Order: sequence, then C-alpha cells, then structure tokens
Amino acid sequence: MIVNYGYTDGSGDYYIVIDTDKCDGCGKCVDACPQNVLELAEDDYGDIVVRVRDEVKSKVGYVCLGFNPGCSKNEVNCRSVCEHDVISHTW
Amino acid sequence: MIVAGIDVGSLSTKVVLLEDDRILAANILTTGEEGVVMARKATDEALRKANISFDQLEYIVTTGYGRKSISFAKESKSEMMCHAKGAYWLFPSARTVIDIGAESSKIIRLNKNGVVEDFVGNDKCAAGTGIFLDTMAKALEVSIEEVGELSLKHKEKAMISSMCAVFAESEVVSHVHRGTPRNDILAGIHDSIAERIFGMSNRVGIMDDVVMTGGVAKNIGMIKALEEKLGTILHVPEHPRVVGALGAALVARDSK
Repeated sequence: MIVNYGYTDGSGDYYIVIDTDKCDGCGKCVDACPQNVLELAEDDYGDIVVRVRDEVKSKVGYVCLGFNPGCSKNEVNCRSVCEHDVISHTW
Repeated sequence: MIVAGIDVGSLSTKVVLLEDDRILAANILTTGEEGVVMARKATDEALRKANISFDQLEYIVTTGYGRKSISFAKESKSEMMCHAKGAYWLFPSARTVIDIGAESSKIIRLNKNGVVEDFVGNDKCAAGTGIFLDTMAKALEVSIEEVGELSLKHKEKAMISSMCAVFAESEVVSHVHRGTPRNDILAGIHDSIAERIFGMSNRVGIMDDVVMTGGVAKNIGMIKALEEKLGTILHVPEHPRVVGALGAALVARDSK
C-alpha cells in the first residue's frame, strides 16, 4: 500500500510517501530522521511498518526539512539508510 | 453473531450493528460530549432500535478521528481500512473511494479484492471538507441542506480562487457585495472543493468505479461538481455517512 502523509496548501504539496509493501520494519529511517518524524507501528494488516507520527501529519511541511532542500545534504537520512526505497518526499 | 462498528468522527459519531450479512440498525449522533460517552450513547440508541442488549454484542471495532478513546471497544482500525471495507461491501466494483467528512477528506484506491493500495488524506486544511461548505452556507445565509440543490441552478459559476477557507470566505463576501447571484456563488464554492479533491486525486489516480462517502455525499451539487471535474460517475450509497462505521462492523465480524 502507498500511503501519502501530509497535505496540499497554498504554497505547494507536502507529502511523505511511504510504500508499506516494500518496508521490512527495520527502523533505520526512524533513527536517521533528525526531526523525529517517523515511527514504527502495526498497520491494519498486522505488519510492522514505518509511518509518520500522528502529531506530525498535519504539519509535515514545517517539521520535516524536506528531502531536496534539507536532508539530501546530510550523509545519513531516511532515504539513504533504506535498502528498499520505501520513502519519498514531494518537496 | 452480532457485532458493532463505531466511527467517531470530528463532528458526529456513527454506529452500525451487523449480524452476519445483515445490518440490524444504524445510528448517528452529533459529537459534542466526551468521545466515549457519546459513543456509548449512540451505541445504546442503535441497540434499542434493533431491540437487543449490549451484552449480545460479541465484538466492537472503532474507527475515525477519536477511535482510540473508546474504552469499551475491543479493537480500533484506521479510517482508510474501514471506509474501504464498507464501500467495497456495498459496491464490490468499487476501486476508488472518495470520502469527504466534516473536517477531513480522503481518497482511497482499492484493488479488486478490496485491499487498500493507495491512500491520500488531508486533515490539515479545511478547504475541501464539509466544514468549508458549512462556513460558506452560513456566510450566504442558506441552510446546508439546500446548498447543493441551489448550486445546480446557477447561470454562470462565480470564481473562487483562494485555496484557504478563511480567504475564500472573504472572497464569497465580496461576491455578495458585488451582487453576484447567490446560486452562482454556491456553484463556485462547490467547484473550488471539487478542484481540491481533484488535486488530491492526482496523487493516487482515479479508477472506476468511484464511490463517494461521508456527509458531503448527501449534497447533490457536490456530486455533480466532482463528476464534472473527475470525468466519471460517482456511486453514492443510500446512507453515505455510516460507511466508515459499517466498515468497522465488517472488520469486527471478520476478526472473530
């Protein structure tokens, strides 16, 4: 399942897109995120997968630095530690 | 086996009682009190309608915004799964579910077995939700039940360009001052919501058949505006507001 966490507002699309079918629940991305955006949780089908924390969902654009403008410059980020390309960002 | 599904929404609490493949009763209460009190009240009313007692309920599943606060339920499931299940049960041909509730809107894409494939939601912004329509109806002094019908009687659609509910309201007020006919403004408002949903739909892709659920599905003007924007026909269940609760009841039935 592909889950889009986030929203569109006047300034653009702010979604963290997670492909839960690819996720093996290793949790490396959770540790890699400097803003503590992600967490591991059981989904509706009983698999442990990564998701965006509830408190962050409605302010992703402010909390997450965004991949291109922010974390792509860090050596370690949620995308670089993931072996299965689970996470992507729309901004 | 008798089970219950409870959908604790931001504006109302919905309950569906299910016995195997038969809906025994459904009930809707406006959420005001503490979630759990309200949910119990709504459940009790539904039980009374069906003439059964609380002890006969074998399993209770909750969903919706306030789902985690319901202590007497056995389990809670996400809205996307429950809406998908409910819509798929009503329309087995459903591949896309558009749910527009009071304070959130979501689009769910299903595969042919009813399993969620793709999901996009919006619970940050009021534009594109029921509360937006409600605010605009108040600004125009028409009741929310009438706005859909009236919007269909427009001559030309007024332009509402703001993405934000607060700014859109002031746009509506300036239309009123300019003397734009009320029905034209209403058509513009419905169009702006449809535009918003269309933007979201581009993230997941719309596949036929499309089912629309949630309170806003009772608004014929919204259905028409969305059909025009998405270029497809929307299937609307008889009671669109309880689809989430129905889905929760189906989860309860299947988990035993």
